Amino acid sequence: MKPIPTAQPSRAEEFRSARKLDIEILARIIASVLHYPARVAIAVAATLLSSSFLLFIPRYVGQAVDHAQGLIGEQATTSGEIENALLFAGLMIIGLSILRGLFAVVQNYFGESVDHCLAAELRKRFYNRVQQLDQSFHDHAHTGDLITRGMLDLEGIRYFPSTGLIRTLMLLVLVTGGAVILLSTNFVLGLVALSFVPVIAVRSAVARLQLRYLWLKQQERLTYLTNFMEENLTGIRTVRAFFARDHEIGRFQIHSAGVLEISFQRLMARVRNMTFMGLVFYAAMTAVLWVGGNMVLSEQITVGRLTEFLAFMMILQMPVRQIGMTVNSYARASTCGARLFAVLDEPSLVDTNTGLPRLKVTQGAVRFENVDFQYPLSKSGENIISGISFEIGSGRTLGIVGPPGSGKSTIARLIPRFYDPTAGRILIDGQDIAQVSIASLRRTIGGVQQDSFLFTASVDHNVAYGDPSTDMDQIVQASTDAQIHSFIEELPRNYQTLVGEDGVSLSGGQRQRVSIARGTLTDAPIFIFDDATAAIDAGTEQRIRRALKARAGTHTTIIISHRLVSIMHADEILFLDEGCIVERGTHEQLLALKGRYFELHSLQLRDEHRSPHLTERVKPA
Amino acid sequence: MRLITENPGAASGAQPERAVVGAQISHDEEMFGRAFDGRVIRRFFSFVWPYRGTGVLALLAVLVFVCTQLAIPLVILYAIDHTLSPTTEATTTLGTVVMVFAGVILVNFLANYLQELLVGRVAETVIVDLRRAMFSHLQRVALSFMDKTEVGRVMSRLQSDTGTLQEYLESSVFAIGDLALLLGITITLLVLNVELGALTLSIMPVLLLVRYFWLPHARAAFRRARETNSMANGALAESIRGIQTIQVMVRELVNFRLYSKLCDLNRRAHLRAAKLAQVNIPIVDTLTGVAMAIVIVVGGRMVLNDELALGVMVAFLFYVQRFFDPIRSLTIQYSMMQRAMVSGQRILEVLDVPEAIKDKPEALELKSCAGHIDFSHVDFAYVSDTPVLTDISFSIKAGEKIALVGPTGSGKSTVAALLRRFYDVSSGQVLIDGHDIRNLSQRSLGTHMAMVLQDPYLFSGSIFENIQYSNTGKGLADVEAAARAVSAHEFITRLPGGYEFMVDQRGGNLSLGQRQLLSFARALVADTKILILDEATANVDSYSEMKIQKALNVLLRGRTAIVIAHRLATVRECDRILVLHHGRLVEEGSHDQLILQNGLYAGLHRMNYGSFDDLAVGQND
Repeated sequence: MKPIPTAQPSRAEEFRSARKLDIEILARIIASVLHYPARVAIAVAATLLSSSFLLFIPRYVGQAVDHAQGLIGEQATTSGEIENALLFAGLMIIGLSILRGLFAVVQNYFGESVDHCLAAELRKRFYNRVQQLDQSFHDHAHTGDLITRGMLDLEGIRYFPSTGLIRTLMLLVLVTGGAVILLSTNFVLGLVALSFVPVIAVRSAVARLQLRYLWLKQQERLTYLTNFMEENLTGIRTVRAFFARDHEIGRFQIHSAGVLEISFQRLMARVRNMTFMGLVFYAAMTAVLWVGGNMVLSEQITVGRLTEFLAFMMILQMPVRQIGMTVNSYARASTCGARLFAVLDEPSLVDTNTGLPRLKVTQGAVRFENVDFQYPLSKSGENIISGISFEIGSGRTLGIVGPPGSGKSTIARLIPRFYDPTAGRILIDGQDIAQVSIASLRRTIGGVQQDSFLFTASVDHNVAYGDPSTDMDQIVQASTDAQIHSFIEELPRNYQTLVGEDGVSLSGGQRQRVSIARGTLTDAPIFIFDDATAAIDAGTEQRIRRALKARAGTHTTIIISHRLVSIMHADEILFLDEGCIVERGTHEQLLALKGRYFELHSLQLRDEHRSPHLTERVKPA
Repeated sequence: MRLITENPGAASGAQPERAVVGAQISHDEEMFGRAFDGRVIRRFFSFVWPYRGTGVLALLAVLVFVCTQLAIPLVILYAIDHTLSPTTEATTTLGTVVMVFAGVILVNFLANYLQELLVGRVAETVIVDLRRAMFSHLQRVALSFMDKTEVGRVMSRLQSDTGTLQEYLESSVFAIGDLALLLGITITLLVLNVELGALTLSIMPVLLLVRYFWLPHARAAFRRARETNSMANGALAESIRGIQTIQVMVRELVNFRLYSKLCDLNRRAHLRAAKLAQVNIPIVDTLTGVAMAIVIVVGGRMVLNDELALGVMVAFLFYVQRFFDPIRSLTIQYSMMQRAMVSGQRILEVLDVPEAIKDKPEALELKSCAGHIDFSHVDFAYVSDTPVLTDISFSIKAGEKIALVGPTGSGKSTVAALLRRFYDVSSGQVLIDGHDIRNLSQRSLGTHMAMVLQDPYLFSGSIFENIQYSNTGKGLADVEAAARAVSAHEFITRLPGGYEFMVDQRGGNLSLGQRQLLSFARALVADTKILILDEATANVDSYSEMKIQKALNVLLRGRTAIVIAHRLATVRECDRILVLHHGRLVEEGSHDQLILQNGLYAGLHRMNYGSFDDLAVGQND
């Protein structure tokens, strides 16, 4: 899934590729529909029956018209018999109508039940896929776009079985059944009456593709506009700061005009198709009136028969009018289906093959052996990190520091296998992490990655996110260690207070501390803290570190930070620059080197070199 | 579909109540109100007013269309009674009648085309206008509103609520057509034959009775279906946004189970609604059947007794066959209208949010700015009983560099926000070059003040576009010069595409340090007399900070600057320091002066931390 491409393929190319994909997508959806054979079978049977009952009504209508002229089967008879015949016709019509209605209910209900079962299935599959996809996918995917696909595109497919498939079947039954009855009744007139069918069939097939193409384009432009608006609203402070109001409104106009233009095109196409089909239908009716009327005049058929044919056409008018909607639903389903399946088909770069053995952790020793990494879609081919080798033993702390872009976070993300290294291996307690199951691997890793996201749920659920069945005591303990317990106690409902997007909003430091509680709750053998205390002052950070150390059990800790106060105490420190380890050692050893680490140290704590007069004792005022 | 099937941690399979996905509440508390909310319609009408010409034309087309629909059975009636019936005199030739029929269907086609096209165009255009009005308004509303409001909720008004209104606009015009058709059929039936007409129409009220009892249940079911949609969608959105946390904590399985339950809930709700939705169908079919039977039995007898023409009976049959179509679509349109009213209210909520900062009619355009700033006895509170600033007074000479320091929550950011006129002071004055900023136009303020915010907000677009932003008068040369000045040019040119490198949503593909530098370059390009840096150098690694500090001097030359800084190193670059504590200005002076004063500033400085925020001044939690 790439961002909107800047080079647009030609219309013809798009059209051609649209047609191919179209059938494939619809076939896939239909295959999924067949997961519910019972419901489908009932819906189909009910459709056949309800349509059939409908088809017999015109016969009785026609007969009644003839009876009213004093004819029964073209024979004049007594009024008593006629009245009985009329009554019979009337009762037959009522009976057929009731049956038709009841079976239509079954048809619609079971048709819709397939809709909703399909929707639920696709929802689940989409959710599952999204959760499984690796980080490099999520890094590039626009969250708004992904959400749109899971929500709106899903809705575009939802009603396809009933409005698309079942309705097509109904249409086919009505037309075929109608054709059989009409042609067997009077061949010539039947042909005239059915003349509109092939024209409309062809036209709607063409319309489908055209509409799909236009729908796709419209979706694209609408997404652009939506993303634009969302960014504007999220960054409203920046917009205001630069008084960019007119600039933003100007850009809005451009995007908006683009959307309007394409929606006019779509409207035009839809209207042209729909009205054309209506015209063709009525033209056929005109022909029936002419041919049939002449047949009546030459006494080949009765008025009743002509009425019967016209009544038939009236019945067929309903599905004809709905063709537009039906065609639309195909177009919509294939467009939305394409977008949905694009995500479902997206391969995961990190294989979550569950057939692998579990990771056996004895000490929690982490070892990098000559690890290289570059991004999977990287065009430049440059390594983010190269030749990274280190080992950190059980119970010890490793600090990683370096300028931005030096690859520090990449190391943090390779360990839980958010990405796989392009060269080298990573071992935990001697086992290659690529050879063990991901779930068992990730369970051995705790700590805080960048970007602490809180879920819309109670505080205790957020803290216990990794293991919801944790005891309250442990949750409180983890929160206390993370120096956030007292804050939580002051919230309106303590640990039951709702936080996250729909709940109480927390400051950056508070969020980070909740994340730390969350990440240290499970006594995972390996803790990784990636820039986990950026919004927390050094004093609090120190208390957190002491509390974690005091906890029973030994953890291997890896701390990544640009602040030396966070890593000064580590057993070993790695200084990273442009993806390579340039210096390593303890804090004292690195200072003695008088190299990059030393330089950074001077930068951050340069106020140690105060001007002489300030070191004097100043008498209080 | 492949699942991660390993068992979560300690839980033995039973789902603890704590675990949830998504907010368990739905935001769409749609109350089904009236279908005609006068207030909403009136306000909405003002958007339609500019297109009244087209609207009237569309309405005329609708009425002509309805007339042709009514005319078709009448032409058939005429054909039967005056041409085809063997029992009556043929007064016209079949040819003439067929010509008239052809004429009618042609007018029908044209009217149909016009009505669909015109209504569609107006609807699309009005919606674009509405969206633009909302978006523009949001650019002006009080910032406090934007701070409090979740972007997602505003977006839903911009997207789905406008969509609902568009549907409503289209359907309302056709609803008029349906009403006209219904009225037309009723009148025609009664005019053709009062007795038969009245008898046939007498059964129709049964439908109204059924509707009355059935609708509330159906509505409740539909609402529940929508609620469950909302809950499932919310859970999906949350999981997409928090995917990193979910994957690292191996919550995929638990989340999937919970989400599946939501999907199943959703499916059940939809099925229930589907069940209730079907009640109408057998009723309508039965009533149609009964009506036809009445026409056949009673009408037939009347024809036999020469009380009624055969053609009239046939016409009756055709009218009855089509009678329920407008009723069916009116029902759908009715619920669409109700939903639209709710959407309309929500849109009005947005349009009615007050603009807090408005230019006075006599607002002055400041042509040139020296850069002299005064705060005179400024008080400010976001919420009336919690004062944030109390009696703040200070003066800044043109070209001075002022540092604003103080613990978190002391009001520094608020001072910056007031200067930039994001909010108006509660009492006191903020003056630029001696003018109260409330007397200046907002455009002036934007022209002469640039701001670098703590969260360097970048938009999706190229690096060039982000640096240039709203200063469209500046070109690549200016942008490059600014980038060089802030030492950003080097990393930009190393990125694929250089200045055309596309920045992801919110600058996700750049590091924090890089984003800071770009926002810095953006301020530089703006080239204003006054510069506000709000905590711009906090949370950035030392290397980027070093670059920024170097560039700071370049940027600040010849400008007045207010720098809200935490790092003592930055503070010491400034001419004067203002110290805020609990919303009051407690100390003022140069670094050396304040050290000698031995007050709050001196105390903070003595604690030898790199950043002011590195202090737990007691209130940080």
